[in-house]
Amino acid sequence: MDWRQLWEIASAPDNIPIVGLIPLLIFYIYLAWKQAKANDELIAELETSPAMAKTHHRKSWPFRPGWQKEVHVWPFLLRMEFLAAIIVSAILMVWSITLSAPLEEPSNPNLTMNPAKAPWYFLGLQEMLVYFDPWIAGVVMPTLIIVGLMVIPYIDTNPLGSGYYTWKQRKFSIGTFLFGFLFLWVAMIIIGTFIRGPGWQWFWPGQTWDHNRLIYEVNRDLPDIFGITSNLAKAIFGAVVVGGYYLAGGFIAHALFRRYNPKDYQRLSLLQYSIMMFFLLTMVALPAKMLLRLLWHIKYVWITPWFNV
Amino acid sequence: MAEDNKNGKNGNGARVGLLERVKAGVKEDVQSLKTDMPAKAKEQIEHLKDPTKTQVYTSIFRHKHDDTPRNRALGVLSNVFLHLHPAKINRDAVRYSYTWGMGGITFYLFIVLTFTGVLLMFYYHPSKVQAFRDVLYLEHDVPFGKLLRNMHRWAAHLMVIAVWLHMFRVFLTGSYKKPREFNWNVGVILLVLTLLLSFTGYLLPDDQLGFWAVTVGTNMARATPLLGHEGPFGHQLGMTPYNDIRFGLLGGSIVDANALLRSYIWHCIGIPIVASIFMIVHFWRVRKDGGISGPAPVMLASEVKEPKK
Repeated sequence: MDWRQLWEIASAPDNIPIVGLIPLLIFYIYLAWKQAKANDELIAELETSPAMAKTHHRKSWPFRPGWQKEVHVWPFLLRMEFLAAIIVSAILMVWSITLSAPLEEPSNPNLTMNPAKAPWYFLGLQEMLVYFDPWIAGVVMPTLIIVGLMVIPYIDTNPLGSGYYTWKQRKFSIGTFLFGFLFLWVAMIIIGTFIRGPGWQWFWPGQTWDHNRLIYEVNRDLPDIFGITSNLAKAIFGAVVVGGYYLAGGFIAHALFRRYNPKDYQRLSLLQYSIMMFFLLTMVALPAKMLLRLLWHIKYVWITPWFNV
Repeated sequence: MAEDNKNGKNGNGARVGLLERVKAGVKEDVQSLKTDMPAKAKEQIEHLKDPTKTQVYTSIFRHKHDDTPRNRALGVLSNVFLHLHPAKINRDAVRYSYTWGMGGITFYLFIVLTFTGVLLMFYYHPSKVQAFRDVLYLEHDVPFGKLLRNMHRWAAHLMVIAVWLHMFRVFLTGSYKKPREFNWNVGVILLVLTLLLSFTGYLLPDDQLGFWAVTVGTNMARATPLLGHEGPFGHQLGMTPYNDIRFGLLGGSIVDANALLRSYIWHCIGIPIVASIFMIVHFWRVRKDGGISGPAPVMLASEVKEPKK
């Protein structure tokens, strides 16, 4: 166990934000979960007793008759904002006094940094470069993430859970988002920050970064395993496999979604449903391709003269 | 005195000379100074006891500040900075546990970054010869220069975290749902702009860290489908290292002086202006879409009115 190596990574000034993000995320997930739980309990109670549902103020926070439903912004909100500004300023001041922004040697195109890492918030994308060609990892994936985020309000037709924390009313959408945000975005950043060392090789936390380490890894392409040699056959084979993934995966997702989310399934139009399925399957394709690489050393699935997937 | 003057004039006719009249006048003036000024001073002191009645004060502040509901509302509504807020809000909306304050903190950090960024611009030249030396100069010679640079760097990282947590909270509370779909989209664009702001700033110190991060980052642009010379179909469309999208981003085929200047202009002028415009829309729409989304009363599944198809 090389504690020094671990400390060097964790204490690198530019890695502090990601080290700080982890406890912050844990805290805020706890905060959200606590409120979701209280609201879900209240919802269950109101569902069973219609009389109570008619009179209850429907929040998990206390409310008594006679209390005003609205408060003045001055001072009740403004004091919160003022406090937040002071606290953030204080944190920023202390942070800036105690920790200096990194400054390396002057830029030198002839001396490559190893590992050459993007800023921490882009390490998820850089990690994807291991599994995908740059045109997918660097261009298509970010575009799909942005577009995927933008279509969320238009494909989530569930009217429940608007304006309060809940889990039981929105299991599917919250589950999907948590998977995408925590496992595909934050976890990849953590891997990129803590695990990836020189040569972008995998070093477990505490393992010394060996700049001379060589890994003999033979990656194969999926068509090779099936003994396909001609270019045309490879292109057709790949298209069939990728198309097959979307069809078979789509069918499985359809079967599950129809059963477990009948109301949303009813509400979704054909366009909304297809867009949701496309983004869902594309998102799942990312860990699927990672598994193909990590378990069976498969590099490409679909090989054409113009692009490889 | 006026009487004396008159008598003198009557008694001696035209013989009363100019000198006499001037003398009398001066005497009169002196007397007025002795009697009127103390009276005015007294009056002035009386006014000072209540400065809110002075013309200067009332010209600035348009209403009284007695602790009445009306004045509390006016304090918010008649102030250009505060009028983003409504006069009154939902009593539970000021709870920290609901909003986490992350949107406001993001905006506050943007202000901090603008402030420290402008100060940094006084000491920085975006040229290959001077950029790195300017940072050294800032770190070692400029009074509080190091603190300034640190604050700018850490506030930028903090802003990225705050934006992510803000998006996380908005998702978990379902706040992107009708009628707020469009504002979620504006928010996604602001998220992208925040990351781009941070990324364009990374190159500016012109050190190894920034140089290689930007090299790695922009190398992906080579692989852009259709528009990059290494991307799918790029070659077929006549893309070379000297005319593709990466060339346009960097102003050259390598990360050099032009890239430094371009990233400086995007960082300091281009993106901040675009982001400010989107922020204006974002804040405006928060109000127009009905203010902050909650905490709203919980809704029961049995109460959902299915729209007729």
